[in-house]
Amino acid sequence: MATAFDEMNIGSGGVRLPYDQLFRWLNEQPQDALDYRRREAELIFRRIGITFAVYGEAEAQERLIPFDVIPRILAAAEWQKIERGLTQRVKALNMLISDIYGAREILRAGVIPDDMVFRNPAFRPEMNGQKVPHGLYVPIAGIDLVRVDADTFYVLEDNARTPSGVSYMLENREIMLRLFPELFARHRVTPVENYPDVLLETLTSIAPHTTAGEPTVVLLTPGVYNSAYYEHSFLADKLGIELVEGRDLFVRNEVVYMRTTTGPRRVDVIYRRIDDDFLDPLAFRPDSALGVPGLMSAYQAGNVTLANAVGTGIADDKAIYSYMPAVMQFYLGEEPLLKNVPTWRCREDDHLVYVLDHLDELVVKEVHGSGGYGMLVGPTASKIAIEQFRAKLKAAPDNFIAQPTLALSTCPTCIEGGIAPRHVDLRPYVLTGRRGTRIVPGGLTRVALKEGSLVVNSSQGGGTKDTWVLDN
Amino acid sequence: MRLHISHNTTYRYDTPPATVTQILRLTPRNHDGQHVVRWRVELSEDCILHEHEDAYGNLTHTFTADGPLNELVITVSGEVDTQDTHGIVRNAVERFPPQFFLRETDLTKPDAAIRDLAAELRDAGDPATLPLLHRLLARLHRDIVFDVAPTSPTTTASEAFALKRGVCQDIAHIFLSASRLLGIPARYIGGHLARSDDALQQEAGHAWIEAHVPDLGWVSFDPANGISATDAYVRVAVGLDYLGASPVRGSRIGGAGEALKVAVAVAQSRQQIQD
Repeated sequence: MATAFDEMNIGSGGVRLPYDQLFRWLNEQPQDALDYRRREAELIFRRIGITFAVYGEAEAQERLIPFDVIPRILAAAEWQKIERGLTQRVKALNMLISDIYGAREILRAGVIPDDMVFRNPAFRPEMNGQKVPHGLYVPIAGIDLVRVDADTFYVLEDNARTPSGVSYMLENREIMLRLFPELFARHRVTPVENYPDVLLETLTSIAPHTTAGEPTVVLLTPGVYNSAYYEHSFLADKLGIELVEGRDLFVRNEVVYMRTTTGPRRVDVIYRRIDDDFLDPLAFRPDSALGVPGLMSAYQAGNVTLANAVGTGIADDKAIYSYMPAVMQFYLGEEPLLKNVPTWRCREDDHLVYVLDHLDELVVKEVHGSGGYGMLVGPTASKIAIEQFRAKLKAAPDNFIAQPTLALSTCPTCIEGGIAPRHVDLRPYVLTGRRGTRIVPGGLTRVALKEGSLVVNSSQGGGTKDTWVLDN
Repeated sequence: MRLHISHNTTYRYDTPPATVTQILRLTPRNHDGQHVVRWRVELSEDCILHEHEDAYGNLTHTFTADGPLNELVITVSGEVDTQDTHGIVRNAVERFPPQFFLRETDLTKPDAAIRDLAAELRDAGDPATLPLLHRLLARLHRDIVFDVAPTSPTTTASEAFALKRGVCQDIAHIFLSASRLLGIPARYIGGHLARSDDALQQEAGHAWIEAHVPDLGWVSFDPANGISATDAYVRVAVGLDYLGASPVRGSRIGGAGEALKVAVAVAQSRQQIQD
């Protein structure tokens, strides 16, 4: 693995231009000042109660995601490149999903093998041949990017199902503004505070054609036991919409209503943070008590918009991901502006042979996995872990893909007794409504706090940073 | 043959629910060897029945009935002309390519015992698809005892296979599980059967499967009876498993002590066929 690209330091004391002011400011700070601010930030986070539940940890059911007070900075030109690439990517994702549930041209053309779609658990037969309002499947996408050098960002993962984490983007900025007003005075940072407005405009714009008047938008949560419940209530509050659970909604004659103190009120757009499986016990898991009975029939009748659409998880699949360059060529006739990480599909014999021979160099992931669970990072894994993984891989090769271990870029990060480079990624949130795609500049930067670690997921002990896009 | 079908589903509630929402898959469609002459779905409650086609091409009815309801009755009656096609199903409504029906579901997920069965049958003779399916049909018909007692609608293929007992739905799930393991696309069929013993009253609909055979297309197999479907069968709904093809799925708000009673009668009148 090559030495990582540092986003601030270019070696022998040089500093990259976007970090010029920050570097100077950091040098002006007394040793303990940052430490003090860090503790202050933590106190604020605790007070507002922004927590994250880590599955499988009985002890600390609710945990604070560590916040690093040193911002990650992108120049305007860097962001413009990213923005164009994301817009292109999300356009292709939407066309792909629409085609998979529609004409299936991409399968007929042989670009993606049939069985990878039809036998994929994320393919929802219930969506087959169904129209969705305005043909928009992915109004909210979270695209995970990693950087390897000054010019190259790779797309690491597409999140077209229910991308989470945007509340951290907003909270991180709010806290930074409180803690470091003087630092903002030295920079022209593009605001992110308008994200809730843009999201609401996006959701309102995709209301079904049968909506009369101003559409009613709600946020549907599985409830307080969900790990992202904080984010659900935070966003509903910022958007000024009702936060509802399944039992607050009902369907009558294929129209969705919300129970209110003044009687039933029609619901037009549901920003749903419930997985497909639990949405409607009449269509999916019959034992789900979280959903709304009959919701799918209202959806299929075109009387309600679900954001995101049902069945978009097919695009999150890591085996499908590996076809994205060909997918973009097929629908858009364009080269991807943001590259895919080269990916070996273990379902293919020659790829599997290569992967098994190079386990100690590769990152191996489950095709349907998320959250950094069930993956192997070869270079940092023990011999025993590698051998255990080899057995898992051989038993079900279809379930895995492998990628080279990328030297993710690093950013200066507060550590015990100083500042050190730590690996980061970036998840921008891409909003697509009837009037096009909008991306609030920045996104969520996740940072692997352990030295040398490449796993930034909060469930694996990663932290977050505020992400600044500078205005020229 | 012309089949006269009546299919009544009655829900009784000790404590009346405020609202009942259901989706029904109770209406057959035409294909070679099956022509629906007349069909009606009626509810005991006064509410709108919305008719749609689901993703598999099944005709569905959805409704919301307002309570308080002591009882809810769904009455289905109709006539269907059928001809024996030697189990071959042509010109049915198809919404997916055959390989879609290789998908595993929670109800059809194989376990080691079903894997062993599939491997044994594969090695037991002619490896071609059709003879293999016939071996599977014969084996399940012989080994699985029809018994309504031990299983429920949530029983999985592997659970039923371990019991070696079950109803037509369970035997169909085992067939689907093994067939898909063998690389043969297979799907669940819900419908009706005019029984040869002339027992008119049945306590449930029937279930069997269709498997995809190269050069023949979809071919029906009824493992509960050890035969392919004949002109005594009416094919109503198709799915990956029972959940996808189930005649009634519903949910209610409030209410308790729900009791379900199903009465099916399939009568035949050969004299009405003119051929």
